Amino acid sequence: MPQIDQLSQIYASQIFWLLVVFGIIYFVIGRGMMPKIEATVDARDHKIAEDLAAADRARKSAEATEADYTARIAEARAIAQKATAEAKSAAAAELEAKTKAADAATAEKLAAAEAQLEAARQAALGQIESVATEATQEIVQRLSGIVIDRDAAEAGARAALAKAA
Amino acid sequence: MPAAAGERGVRTSVAAGGNIDPMHQFTVEPIVGLHAGGYDISFTNSALWMAIALLCFWGFMIGGMKRELVPGRWQMMVEGLTGFVTNMMRTNIGPEGRKFTPYVFSLFTFILICNFLGLFPIGIIRPLGVNAHSFAATSHFSITGVLAILSFSIVLIVGFGRHGFHFFSLFVPHGTPWYIALLVAPIEFVSFFVRPFSLGLRLFVAMTAGHILLDVFGSFIVTGLNAGPGYGLLVSLPSFLLIIGISALEILVAAIQAYVFALLTSLYLNDAINLH
Repeated sequence: MPQIDQLSQIYASQIFWLLVVFGIIYFVIGRGMMPKIEATVDARDHKIAEDLAAADRARKSAEATEADYTARIAEARAIAQKATAEAKSAAAAELEAKTKAADAATAEKLAAAEAQLEAARQAALGQIESVATEATQEIVQRLSGIVIDRDAAEAGARAALAKAA
Repeated sequence: MPAAAGERGVRTSVAAGGNIDPMHQFTVEPIVGLHAGGYDISFTNSALWMAIALLCFWGFMIGGMKRELVPGRWQMMVEGLTGFVTNMMRTNIGPEGRKFTPYVFSLFTFILICNFLGLFPIGIIRPLGVNAHSFAATSHFSITGVLAILSFSIVLIVGFGRHGFHFFSLFVPHGTPWYIALLVAPIEFVSFFVRPFSLGLRLFVAMTAGHILLDVFGSFIVTGLNAGPGYGLLVSLPSFLLIIGISALEILVAAIQAYVFALLTSLYLNDAINLH
C-alpha cells in the first residue's frame, strides 16, 4: 500500500503542498470570495424582505383608503337619503295643502255652479210651464175650439210635466 | 525509490494481462524534485492534483463573483454551494458558526473536488503517451490526516479559548451522578480524542476502497478481453456492467464523504462553541 510504504519519503511533500493549496483555498477563496457571495445572497434576501414589506405597507394603505372611501360613500348616501326623504315629505305636505285648497275652491265653485244651475233650471222650468200652458191652451183651442182658462191649462201642464219628470 | 515506482507503474500499464496491481494508482511520483531544509518537498502528482483542485475551485467560484441581484445559472450554482454550507453551519452551530463557515466551506469543497477529480477517467485519454491517470489526494491518510488534525486543532483551540478548563465539562454530560460520571468521563475522553483518527481514516478508507474496486473490475474487463471472446463474454461483460454501478456509487461516496467530513467538523465545532 503506497500510502504506508511511501509515507517516510512523501510525508513532507504531502503536508507541505496540502498546506500550501489548502492555505490558498482558505485565505483566497474561503475568506476572500465566499463572504462576498454570502453578502450578495444576504443583500438579495434583505432586498426581497424589504420589497415584501413595502408591498405589504402599500396594500395596507390601499385597504385603509378603501375603508375610508366606503365610509365616506356611506355617509354621503345617508345624507342624500335624508335630504331626499325630507324633500319628499315637504313636497307631500305642500301637495296636500294645495290639494285641500284646490278642493275647497272647487267645492265652492261647484256649489256656486250648482246654485246657478238650480236657478237656471227653476227659471227654465218656469218658462217651460208658461210655454206648456200656452201651448196647451192653443192645442185645446185648435182641437176643440174651446178656450180654456189659463189656470186650468197651467194645472194640466204642470201635472203632465211632473209625470214626465 | 520514486523512479523505481514509476518504472513499475509503466510495466503494470503495459502488461495489462499480467499481475493486477490495484495499489499502483496510489503511488506518489515526483514531478519536480524539491528539497528544503533536509525535507523532500517535491512537487508530486499528488500536489499536482491538489493544485488542479484549487484551480477548479477557484474557476468555479469566479463564476459566482458577478454578484448580480438576479443571479444567472452559474451564480446560482455557486450560491447554492455556499448556501449549503452556511445552512449546515447555522443548523448545527447557530449564529456563532458564521465565523467558521469559510473554513468548513473550504474543507468541504476541497475534499469534494479532490474526490471527484480522482474519479476522472483521464487514463483512457493518454495525452502524451505517458501513464497519466487522475490521482485522488484524499485517498492518502497523509492528506486526510492533516485535514482531520487541522479540524481537531481548531476545535481544541476554540474550545479552550472560549471555555478554558470548563471545556473539560464536555466529558461529563449534564445531570450525571458522580459514580456514573466516573465511568462516563474516561469513555467520553477516549471518544473525543479518537475523533481526528476516525475523521481522517473514514475519508481515506472510503476513497481507497472505492478506487481499488474500480481498478480491480477495470482490470477484469481488460484481462477477460485479452483472454478471448468466451472470457470476454463471461468476465468482461459482467465486470463492465458492475463497474457502471460502482462508478455511480463512487460518485455518491465522493459527495457523501466530503459532506460527512464537513458535517462532523461542524458538529465538533458546535461542541467546542456551545459545549453541550
